[in-house]
Order: sequence, then structure tokens, then C-alpha cells
Amino acid sequence: MAYSEKVIDHYENPRNVGGFDKNDPSIATGMVGAPACGDVMKLQLKIGANGIIEDAKFKTYGCGSAIASSSLVTEWVKGKSIDDAVKISNTDIAEELALPPVKIHCSILAEDAIKAAVADYKKKNQ
Amino acid sequence: MNYFALFNLTPSFVIDTTALAASYQQLQKLTHPDKFATASERDKLIALQKNAQVNDGYQVLKRPLSRAEHMLELRGVELQHEQKTMQDGTFLMQQMEWREQLDDAQHAVDPLIALEELDDEVAGNSKALIDELGTLLEQTNDAANESAANLVRKLKFLFKLRHEIELKEDALSDF
Repeated sequence: MAYSEKVIDHYENPRNVGGFDKNDPSIATGMVGAPACGDVMKLQLKIGANGIIEDAKFKTYGCGSAIASSSLVTEWVKGKSIDDAVKISNTDIAEELALPPVKIHCSILAEDAIKAAVADYKKKNQ
Repeated sequence: MNYFALFNLTPSFVIDTTALAASYQQLQKLTHPDKFATASERDKLIALQKNAQVNDGYQVLKRPLSRAEHMLELRGVELQHEQKTMQDGTFLMQQMEWREQLDDAQHAVDPLIALEELDDEVAGNSKALIDELGTLLEQTNDAANESAANLVRKLKFLFKLRHEIELKEDALSDF
């Protein structure tokens, strides 16, 4: 299967790989996994007092599309409010990366990672 | 398609693998395309379809994970692997750690031993989950089915990891 140029670019030069201290109250951690392929994704967001995402890091074990999807969302969420970040949908991700139908679940995983991270943040700071 | 019925087996997670293999060989022989060389086109086609079913069914039933999935499908439980994202934080954190261990193994003093130790740990965990799955599948209520489906999803991660450990072992031994 041929990967699109954008997928290859994110796969070969992934943006924002790494992590933050998950016990820090300003850090939101989203852990998600895709049973279909066994991919595991960790997305962490550093959130300012105004609810704006200042930084994002990810660590993904999975195929090129899963890595590219998570790399892309770390770029997209920066500077967004958490309310806007959860509006990023898997179709936006799949479209940007030109993912083939069999890889749509990778974009679903990335979307769910944002939602899981924001849910974690809200739980921590309620 | 109920593969248990096809192979004349009682639907169960614990199966008699010898009986399965014997039944497979018999059905394989009965439906083999060679036997239908002089048959009508229609009979040829039916035999070919049946033969494909026999092969598919054997692959599904012989492995515990696909056997469990098939049992759940027959009970009308949708697994939805593609849509259903796993959100169990503790479980996923463990998956992350194991995958980090897999990455680190190549820098160990003896990478093959490091891989073997990791595989033993994951194999032990898989076995415990499979035992639990067997117990759950003996029940047929919705709650047990849902728990079984969840275990199948977890086992998919462990099987994938064990496959990756195996690939790494092959890469290391092959020089």
C-alpha cells in the first residue's frame, strides 16, 4: 500500500515526539489503543491557565499512518483552546493525510486521543 | 456461517483439536476441486465455495483468539475493532511500557535474553487472559459476553506485541 507524501513526511520527521510529567496539573494525558492493529498512542497537552494548549507531545507505537496522525494533531492543537481542540475530527485528519479507507481507524485513534486528553485534564482540574 | 456446525463440533472455547483436524481433513477431501473435475459447472462452483469455507473455518477455529471472536459473533456480539478505541489507561500504560522494553532490548548486554524475558512476561499475561476468557465464554449472558469481548480486544494487543518480539528475535538471530 502506498503512503501519501504527507504521511511519509510525518513518519520520517515526526513532530513533537516525547512526553511531559503526567502528574503535573497543567498536563493532560490521553492514552488510547486500537484493537484492530494493536497500536498504542499517548498524547499529552500542556494547557495554560486560559485553557489554551501551549504545547503537545506524543508517543505512538504503530504503523506509519498512526504515527503521522498523532504527529499531525500535535501541530494542529497548539494554540487552540481545549474546546476547539476536541472539535478536530478524524475526517479532518484522514483528509489532510490522504489516508486510505483501511487506515481510517488511525485517524479515529488520534481524534480519540485528543478527547481522552481533554477528559483527563477536566477530571484533574474539576 | 457457523463453523462449529460445519466441523460437527459443539460450540465451545475449549475444543478437541484432534477432532477438528480430523474433521477438517475429511471435509477438505470431500470438497476438493479435483473430485469435481468432471462435474457440472454448477457443482464445481458449489464445491469450490464449500472448500473455501472449510479452509476459512479451520483457520478461525484452530486459534483461540479467532475462535473466541467467532463464538461472540455467533452470539450476536459486535466486536467493532475498527471503531472501538480502547481507553483503559492502566492496560494501555502497560502496553506502552512493554513496547519501550522491546525498543530497549536491542541495547541490552544480551538482546536475545532480554527479548526472551519480555516474551515470557507477555506470554504469562496472555495465558492468564485466555484462561479468563474461557471461563467467561462458558456463560452466555450479555455481561459475560461484553467482558469476553473486552478481553478479546486486550488479547489483540498482546498477540501483536508477541509477534513484534518474534520479528525482532528473527532479525537478531539472522546474520
